[in-house]
Amino acid sequence: MVSSSFNPRQLAGFFAQAAPAVISIGLALVAWELYANYSGIKPTVLPAPSRVLEQALVNRDALLDNAIPTIRATLIGFACSLSAAFALSMLVDFFQPLRRALFPVFIVSQTLPLVAIAPLVVLWFGFGLTPKIMLVALVTFFPMLVALVQGYEATEVEIGQMLRAMGAGRWRVFILARLPSALPYFFAGLRISITYAVVGAIFAEYAGAAKGLGIYMLNAKNNFRPDLVLAAVGVSAALTLVLFGLTVLLQRLAMPWERAAGRQAAGKGPQA
Amino acid sequence: MSRLELRHMRKAFGGLEVLADISLRVDAGEFVSILGPSGAGKSTLFQLLTGAEHGEGEMFFDGAPLDDHGRHFAFMPQRDALMPWRRILDNTTLGLEVQGVRRKAARTRVAPLFAEFGLTGFERHFPAQLSGGMRQRAALLRTVVQERDMLLLDEPFGALDALTRAAMQRWLEQMWRHHRWTALLITHDVREAVFLSDRIYVLSARPARVVREIKVPLPRPRHPSGAEARQASLLEAEILDILLNLQPSKGHDHD
Repeated sequence: MVSSSFNPRQLAGFFAQAAPAVISIGLALVAWELYANYSGIKPTVLPAPSRVLEQALVNRDALLDNAIPTIRATLIGFACSLSAAFALSMLVDFFQPLRRALFPVFIVSQTLPLVAIAPLVVLWFGFGLTPKIMLVALVTFFPMLVALVQGYEATEVEIGQMLRAMGAGRWRVFILARLPSALPYFFAGLRISITYAVVGAIFAEYAGAAKGLGIYMLNAKNNFRPDLVLAAVGVSAALTLVLFGLTVLLQRLAMPWERAAGRQAAGKGPQA
Repeated sequence: MSRLELRHMRKAFGGLEVLADISLRVDAGEFVSILGPSGAGKSTLFQLLTGAEHGEGEMFFDGAPLDDHGRHFAFMPQRDALMPWRRILDNTTLGLEVQGVRRKAARTRVAPLFAEFGLTGFERHFPAQLSGGMRQRAALLRTVVQERDMLLLDEPFGALDALTRAAMQRWLEQMWRHHRWTALLITHDVREAVFLSDRIYVLSARPARVVREIKVPLPRPRHPSGAEARQASLLEAEILDILLNLQPSKGHDHD
């Protein structure tokens, strides 16, 4: 069972897979750099990527200082939304009528434009952490709830029948079958929601905050510093990618059978 | 006294009559098959036995009315219903865990059976890493280790390729000779029913009723060759005739 040992062929395969994406991004940056330098456009309108990077390094303390509240709001908001979604998904799974009562409300909550809601939430709850947490939760709660509820529903019917024939009650069936069956759906929802969460936090800060990447972007824009706006965008993109990567890593750790199945498909498993 | 006896069982879902009149019995240590066309309601019969559904009629277990369903039957569903997230060892202990046996104790009870079921060395594998035949053997191991009074097997080999299925039927016949489980098998495979069973109940198309009870007089171990093979073929042909004559006549238009 080789699972975590270093494998040079795997690494080469990873680079071969990543190459097209790296090349296309690289070409886009080169084109942008050339256009910004030679078209005569002013750097206060469109700064070259080299200038963005340079200014990001010069202002790294300020960027870091403003990234920390954003990270905090994202993680706390997401944790709150995740706990609420998990608790409610279980309730809904055990009491089906609740689903019909609650889902319309949540669907409506997803139709609210963030642009309108964010300033209101800030108005009601101030410039502190609370409105950010609420907005992050608002944008991530419903996708997570739907993912979990769908995941429970995806439990193989025959596994449920078999467990009940074994004498398992609803709670045992939930723990033994429905919860693990929902894991792939949970992680799919997690990957989508974590990107929403960062955007939600930044939007909340944009609407009003003492510190944070959102308010930093707003101030940079008002000071005619698009290079710093883009530097902050870069930081938020990096943050999102790191969180996304963490969810992928978490999924690998939580679902070792998926990779086992993958190895079998590659033809290394037993035949009988 | 029969181990299991059903008298005039009926079941309808809404207006749809699925079981019209099912009476049958299974004696202790007997292997009985229920053979019928697809969609005849064979699986519904198992749902009545395991208590997932309730119908009209009478069911007796060892002479007493059947009430505590879970205590008597170990049920093996169509396909293997192995949990992809559990290793084979932990899949086979599932029934014991549900009974309240501690995981460690359950493992020590299951472990010695792995050799007999041809699964030695695969205890730590995930189901997706096993072939169809091995998965089915693991599912049967999970079923028999529950040590219930009777096995209910719902088309256990239906999803396997023909060769693996034939191998599994021979293996199951051999296992059954050693253990003499009381078993009720649902199948629509005539050859499988003849090869494995002591007796066969042939069901009609929906709404299902028992149209024939057939004793299989072939000696065990069952050999798929020689004079017995001819005898088996004749029996298979006879049963196939019964089954085909049950089909609605509109099917012949396409011939």
